[in-house]
Amino acid sequence: MKRIYFDHSATTPVDKDVAKLVLEYMTDKFGNASSIHSFGREARRAVEESREKVAALLGAENNEIFFTSGGTEGDNFAIKGVAYANRKKGNHIITSSIEHHAVLHTCEYLAKNGFEITYLPVDEYGMVNVEDVKNAITDKTILISVMYANNEVGTIQPIKEIGALAKARGIYFHTDAVQAAGNYPINVKDENIDLLTMSGHKLYGPKGTGALYIRRGVRIEPVQHGGAHERNMRAGTENAPGIVGLGLACEIAKREMNEKNSRIAALRDKIIREVTAKIPHAKLNGHPTLRLPGNVNFSFLYVEGESLLLNLDMKGIAASSGSACTSGSLDPSHVLLAMGLTHEVAHGSLRVTLGRGNTEEEVDYLLEVLPEILDRLRAMSPLYGESANLKPANPCSTCHVH
Amino acid sequence: MYTEKVMDHFSNPRNVGDIKDADGVGEVGNAKCGDIMRIYLKVDDNDVITDVKFKTFGCGAAIATSSMVTEMVKGKTLDEALEVTNAAVAEALGGLPPVKMHCSNLAADAMHEAIKDYKAKKGK
Ligand SMILES: Cc1ncc(COP(=O)(O)O)c(C=O)c1O
Ligand code: FES
Repeated sequence: MKRIYFDHSATTPVDKDVAKLVLEYMTDKFGNASSIHSFGREARRAVEESREKVAALLGAENNEIFFTSGGTEGDNFAIKGVAYANRKKGNHIITSSIEHHAVLHTCEYLAKNGFEITYLPVDEYGMVNVEDVKNAITDKTILISVMYANNEVGTIQPIKEIGALAKARGIYFHTDAVQAAGNYPINVKDENIDLLTMSGHKLYGPKGTGALYIRRGVRIEPVQHGGAHERNMRAGTENAPGIVGLGLACEIAKREMNEKNSRIAALRDKIIREVTAKIPHAKLNGHPTLRLPGNVNFSFLYVEGESLLLNLDMKGIAASSGSACTSGSLDPSHVLLAMGLTHEVAHGSLRVTLGRGNTEEEVDYLLEVLPEILDRLRAMSPLYGESANLKPANPCSTCHVH
Repeated sequence: MYTEKVMDHFSNPRNVGDIKDADGVGEVGNAKCGDIMRIYLKVDDNDVITDVKFKTFGCGAAIATSSMVTEMVKGKTLDEALEVTNAAVAEALGGLPPVKMHCSNLAADAMHEAIKDYKAKKGK
């Protein structure tokens, strides 16, 4: 069976040229970038070239890029690093309720260590309101952290406006751009961004790679201590193969951005249009236009996401869901709940995230099999159609509470 | 993560549907993840379950356990059916992942509720 990958927000395949280059820096050019001999210098050169490529993608200076092990580390570094370095100035951090757990759990940790956190609400499209940011600022606020684009519903946040507000008030602004970097045009200078987290594996680079952009002049402490790597800001022997892979992935992303995004957005819009027209009881989650080029997220009423994913998987299609049943923790997606969806509606959510390898034939295949699967699951659902009326005399008399 | 048996019952669930003039109907919900399972029974004069159908809104494990419990009780007497436990259903499916055990707690419960509903209606 042909397998179709529609889960690019989870991770992307490594570009073939990137993989080749990574291998070269593992086997032949394997030196430690801190060594002074020719092996070391060879690796050092490649690391610094990669730094330029990452900086170019973001519109940053080379010395504002610090390599990390990915998005989670970048978020921890930015938030804890700024929080502890600016403690004397204040202890208040503003973030949003739809951040990735890498941000939310870092903030929860800081809350246990003397910091105050404000979690901003979002509107029905998953968008933060700039006025809410403004109203949340106190004279103790040291950091605002709002993600660039949401990983579940794809909504693009008003980054430039929040950045301008932070700048005017002398507050640092961090954005988790793990989903946006390489997949959406970003310029840290134009958008008033002080710190930006990105991750390699969402842009056809290797897993376990990433970078944190730190604007020159930002007061920040390292969170990982050891050697003098990354100008004393991030200890640990540089992952040179990963870094060169990240660099090339950024170069390719920049080069192909416009062509890739318009092609992927056209496929996205076709899915949204056809699903809306052909499938009853389907609700689009996220913003109708201000969303990542590859993100489609629908809730299908009366069905549960995991059964939907298993059925799609049996047809060779890989996607994801915000259903409680797929979460491991049995809580539905905090993003969908923050957008005001009820548990039942969040239950039936399906996220399809397109990438550069996807074709129109693959989209057509999805559109062909999806209605059949939904019909089958709805026919099985006690909430759908006539059987919704055929209730027992003692409805839900023994609801389990765990 | 699911056994072959679970996937078999999930992809070809037995006894899906409803019974319009059911003798007993049982429904349980899972407050934790929000799933609902409903079981319909037809019972003859000798207290034998002659037909059983289910409708489930839930994950793969929830659908598979619903299907399995209907197979396990069809043709059994009410007393025999009451002896079918949640654990027995999970075992018949070759086990469930730990995080999905709570789903298996619904199937036998829904069936027991349906029997209770039947007995209440019959004044037994
Ligand atoms: C918005 C966002 N932030 C952070 C992360 C974590 O990134 P990484 O997997 O590189 O640690 C992810 C990845 O799922 C993400 O989508
Ligand atoms: S029914 Fe929700 S996890 Fe199984």
